[in-house]
Amino acid sequence: MDKAELDERFSELYRAHLRDVYSFAYYRVGNHHDAEDLTEQTFLQAYRHFERALNESDGRPLRPWLIRIAHNLAANLFRDRSRRPQTSIDDDDTTTVLRASHTTEDLVEERDELRRILDAVEDLPDDRREALIMRFALDMDNREIARAMGRSDGATKVLIHRAIKQLEGIVATTPTRGKRS
Amino acid sequence: MSREADSGIDVEALLRRAMAPIEPPERLGTRFQETLQTLTEMAADELESWELAAMGDPRNWVRPAVAVAVGGAATTGLALLRWRQISRQRRGVTGATPLDRAAEDAARAVRRGFDRVYRR
Repeated sequence: MDKAELDERFSELYRAHLRDVYSFAYYRVGNHHDAEDLTEQTFLQAYRHFERALNESDGRPLRPWLIRIAHNLAANLFRDRSRRPQTSIDDDDTTTVLRASHTTEDLVEERDELRRILDAVEDLPDDRREALIMRFALDMDNREIARAMGRSDGATKVLIHRAIKQLEGIVATTPTRGKRS
Repeated sequence: MSREADSGIDVEALLRRAMAPIEPPERLGTRFQETLQTLTEMAADELESWELAAMGDPRNWVRPAVAVAVGGAATTGLALLRWRQISRQRRGVTGATPLDRAAEDAARAVRRGFDRVYRR
């Protein structure tokens, strides 16, 4: 493959998966500033190894490979900082997502419920949280998630099942804000 | 596939609503392009300031090799710039931007570096 074709393929990859990488980064790190850094670094790393990845992919989609890069970089980021995300998912974003499809009366209750579920996701271990982000934010199937996380399909299925069960437990024991008083 | 827990809460349905895909800010594309450009320029500078006399010592060979590797970013600089070129063509605008020329200059500098090594 000549350089021009390689360039074109990388450009296509960037356009096709920028939103996926950014969404993963955002839900993983919890704020836009770090999500932008993580997304940029992911694509820089992807470029460095793109030709090899293309050769080794044997025609399979490269999204799991990209998300795996983001996953590794996120782990490095938190290891370097030795801390969890500084902030929870921005309230403003939750509001934005909801505003498009809900009436004002529903909004407060819905937002409270989504806030509760996102808070609960942040309490999960990293691997379970990432698996849920891939499944629900990126709509990846088990096989893609398995490739992104370097696990078998079976182990990934179990991981997601346990993540959801744990989440159900957390949500069930966490009162909604409106019901606390 | 979704199911409700004992609490009556459908966690999977909530997750789907809570984790909507996030649109990246428009500035991210520009920022990525600029970062690639910076890497390209750094690699080009490295090669331009290359002292051939120092290359007689094999211990000095690692640094230029790294610069050449990083210089590969010039390719992507051009690739991403192609998006701009396409959009400019659609608007009927022609001619290279300073960014286009800088990326091409960097690519030429990388090639000159190779030429110098292999002519010796």
